[in-house]
Amino acid sequence: MLSPADYVNHIDKQAFTVPFVCGATNLGEALRRITEGAAMIRSKGEAGTGDVSEAIKHIRTIRGEIAALHATFQANPEQLYVAAKELAAPYNLVLEVAQAGKLPVVLFTAGGVATPADAALLMQLGAEGVFVGSGIFKSGDPAKRAAAIVKATAAFSDPAVITEASRGLGDAMVGINVSDVPAPHRLAERGW
Amino acid sequence: MCPTYPHPTGWLSGAGDQMNSTPTVGVLALQGGVREHAEVLDALGARTALLRTPADLLGPDGLRVDALVLPGGESSVIDRLIRTFGLYDPLQEAILAGLPTLGTCAGLILLANRVEDPAPGQQSLGVLDATVLRNAFGSQVDSAEVELETAEGPVRVAFIRAPEVVAVGPGVEVIARRSQAIVGVHQGAITGIAFHPELTGEARFHRHLLTQIGGHQQRAAS
Repeated sequence: MLSPADYVNHIDKQAFTVPFVCGATNLGEALRRITEGAAMIRSKGEAGTGDVSEAIKHIRTIRGEIAALHATFQANPEQLYVAAKELAAPYNLVLEVAQAGKLPVVLFTAGGVATPADAALLMQLGAEGVFVGSGIFKSGDPAKRAAAIVKATAAFSDPAVITEASRGLGDAMVGINVSDVPAPHRLAERGW
Repeated sequence: MCPTYPHPTGWLSGAGDQMNSTPTVGVLALQGGVREHAEVLDALGARTALLRTPADLLGPDGLRVDALVLPGGESSVIDRLIRTFGLYDPLQEAILAGLPTLGTCAGLILLANRVEDPAPGQQSLGVLDATVLRNAFGSQVDSAEVELETAEGPVRVAFIRAPEVVAVGPGVEVIARRSQAIVGVHQGAITGIAFHPELTGEARFHRHLLTQIGGHQQRAAS
């Protein structure tokens, strides 16, 4: 991940035909990126750590906020105007998400995924896909681990498949706890 | 089944859960747009079973589903996953034995017996006598909702990196074209369509699938 060049503005992604994937730690951030033209939203997590807890926090936050909007749509749709104000996102997009109970683009997750069980857990929490980088490339047997993570992601609700996929993978990447990463260097804290 | 799993419970009905005469439609659920198909099938009153392993498709007494949906997604990925999970042979045998099947987009590619431009190592189930060309209508940015005349009447459907059928065998009936390009076919109880009816709320192709169920007598439990 690159450091930001502009600490105020985001890129006008509507002006491009190439798809943009944008990170988000909460629903308001995700909806602002979609308004700007993001083609996919990646819940941020903390890349390169092997610590999946940030990814869990972000997907739970985003899915929880979507569920709350959906409940508001069903019970008190007049409250969606204030919800849009609080999310700092356009009302029409808030209404669309509240009605559908999902984002209008793919919501996948990443950051600290190192085991098949990490990937399956994120899918169970409502991610539509999982991105894995160093969790595979810094492990003892990357090809085997990649195949196992694919299998656990595809069959994310089947404990038998996840257990089987988790066996005999060799060493996982050596993890770093996010709390041990100095705050200015935490990737998840970049963005607004 | 994980209790924290967030999707509607109706979408999670287990394979082989047959309490009454409601038809059970298996939706291949290893990758791609599964949920939207399940929603259309639910609205039509069918039970949905998500298929990920051979045991989801085949029970001790035979097939656990009355019909099959192969969804859209990335055809080369779904092809690889059905072989990884041991579903290639059971799916092929069930469809060849007459299991009513609807393939959309990547699902159409999986059904075809020839893929003109396969990804490296890509195979297909080879149960539909047709040749397909992947990404025939352009890349993701060329995605569009299109109005078509079809055997089911006029429809508005989504094309997303859709394939085209470039040749068909003698037993294949063309049911939809986009300009001159063939984008929908029937062959017996198999329907292959290049587009996504499930994304625009178009249910007629799924309803057609359900009408094919009576002719299929392979299922032991019924």
